[in-house]
Amino acid sequence: MTQYLIRRILIALPTILVMSFILYMILALAPGDPLSQFAANPSVPAEVRENIKKSLGLDQPAHIRYIFWLGNAVRGNLGYSFATRAPVMNLISQRLPTTLWVVGTAYLLAILFALPIGIIAAVKKYSLFDQVSTTFAFIGFSVPTFFTGTLFIIIFSVKLGWFPFIYDSTLKVTNLQTFMQLAKQSIMPIAVLALFQMATLARFTRASMLDNLPLDYVRTARAKGLEDWKVITVHVLRNSLIPVVTLIALGLPAVFTGAIVTEQIFRVPGIGDLLINSIFNSDTPVVMGIVFIAAILVVTFNLIVDVVYGFLDPRIKYD
Amino acid sequence: MTDAISLKGPQTPTKIAVVPPTDLRRPRSLWSDAWRAYRRHNLAMLGTSVLVLFILAVTVGPLLRPIDPSAVGNFANAFKPPSVEHPFGTDPLGRDLLAMALYGGRISIAVGLAAMLVAIFLGTVVGSIAGFFGGRLDNFLVWITDLFLALPTLPVLLLVIYLFRDALRGALGINAGIFLLTVLVIGSLNWMPVARLVRASFLSLKQKEFVEAARSVGAHTPSLMFKHILPNALSPIIVAATLSVGAAILLESTLSFLGVGFPPDMPTWGRLLYDARDYIELFPHLALFPGALISITVLSINFMGDGLRDALDPRRTQM
Repeated sequence: MTQYLIRRILIALPTILVMSFILYMILALAPGDPLSQFAANPSVPAEVRENIKKSLGLDQPAHIRYIFWLGNAVRGNLGYSFATRAPVMNLISQRLPTTLWVVGTAYLLAILFALPIGIIAAVKKYSLFDQVSTTFAFIGFSVPTFFTGTLFIIIFSVKLGWFPFIYDSTLKVTNLQTFMQLAKQSIMPIAVLALFQMATLARFTRASMLDNLPLDYVRTARAKGLEDWKVITVHVLRNSLIPVVTLIALGLPAVFTGAIVTEQIFRVPGIGDLLINSIFNSDTPVVMGIVFIAAILVVTFNLIVDVVYGFLDPRIKYD
Repeated sequence: MTDAISLKGPQTPTKIAVVPPTDLRRPRSLWSDAWRAYRRHNLAMLGTSVLVLFILAVTVGPLLRPIDPSAVGNFANAFKPPSVEHPFGTDPLGRDLLAMALYGGRISIAVGLAAMLVAIFLGTVVGSIAGFFGGRLDNFLVWITDLFLALPTLPVLLLVIYLFRDALRGALGINAGIFLLTVLVIGSLNWMPVARLVRASFLSLKQKEFVEAARSVGAHTPSLMFKHILPNALSPIIVAATLSVGAAILLESTLSFLGVGFPPDMPTWGRLLYDARDYIELFPHLALFPGALISITVLSINFMGDGLRDALDPRRTQM
């Protein structure tokens, strides 16, 4: 086990390194110029631009810059934003709470609803419940979030006037009233994300249950006289949930990157919003920082899932 | 003489051989069985009909109902709600939205199909080489696959398209450049599931007797891989190909919705929705029609994928 873990970490480290190198090179070699915003400005002459370039370290060749960047990143410093000169880490930590609140809540709600729906749909296969939930699941992951979001705004904000469609980031939760305000403005983005996640998860749970239901051990459990719900909850569920847990864990890193589209529609100032704005401003250090952290999270959660798998499923042996 | 008689033996059993097969004219092949099963899948058939209808509409439609350039600037005719003359209404410039949607649908569907071809090609090549040769090469290719899976798709997609858009536009012309870039980037971020499926099929198929038989009669490696093994691994590839068309259409419309996709004169469905964003309070029809078209197309494709998965599943119940 320890040996397996060490070997996996030894594979994961070069993966992260190579990935960061590729990302850095894409950003560094791309035709876009982070100083292009000054190019059109007549009060910034060419030599001043050269000096700004030098002060940002952009006169060095890309591979040298990468080595400096990596050296700092290892020590927890992801560089400074070109646009605001603020440390990238500060920018990310400013946005993180909003993203965790909106995307995290949506993910949690999706899991809470999807599991029971998937389980019931599988147990009562081809029943009315199964057909209705399957249809909704298909609609859920076929309709793009930017359209669900737009629909929600048209229906609940424009026609009914129930919720505001712009997220007020200056709102401070101090009492019950402001909390209600926060809840009101978060309902639509959370619902849009939760519906999408729920559809995927419910469908997956159903498929995983259906894989297990016809197996011999289920027949054995029934044959020895166990009640139906006990067979389902104790025997089938425990086995079916293994791949579902994997899927949930692998989706967790996406909670960090935020929901670019949903944050854009409802103007939620989260990480996804920071990312897309930085891309449009050619603010390379911020883009690099966010994508780099996201990649590390993906690799780490992959590793965690593989290790946890061994505890959940005793059939898997590490060697 | 006596020998000849004894060879004839007892007369009765010969009668059995005379009994004809039940249906001589229609031999049942694997594919016809799959088609039979597919036809019973109501939702898949519904999806197929809708998609065929849409493809017909976007190929023929723009010829019958071209975008009228002279309508631009006729602001008395702008923002018209749906009517008999303009079934989808008109856009902010006074153009007929149906004509725009027909023309844009061409691009949306073409991007989906082309990106699918890229993804299937890359995935099949990587997966078949990894699965067939095994060993170090396999380890390396699996590592590459995992590396790509760890990349956050949407941010990387946005980044690459945003950074390289102008360079390719200059080299290939505005529309061809952005089309090629979108297709290549979406395809090269979507091949990993296909590679995994193909690799798994190759791993199990290369152990089978028919491969050994082909090898023993002197089939060389490429013929073994692509003539003998690949056709047997086709079912999962077909399902993955179908679903990846839907995924590519969704990704393209997401890009357009975020404003990094096609320019305004290439009104893909995502682009139409992006242009409608500022008017949804007063003119929701601008967003509803393109959004519904994307959703219905992707939904149809997902239903087809589901039907194909059931129909091509060797474990399916016999009919």
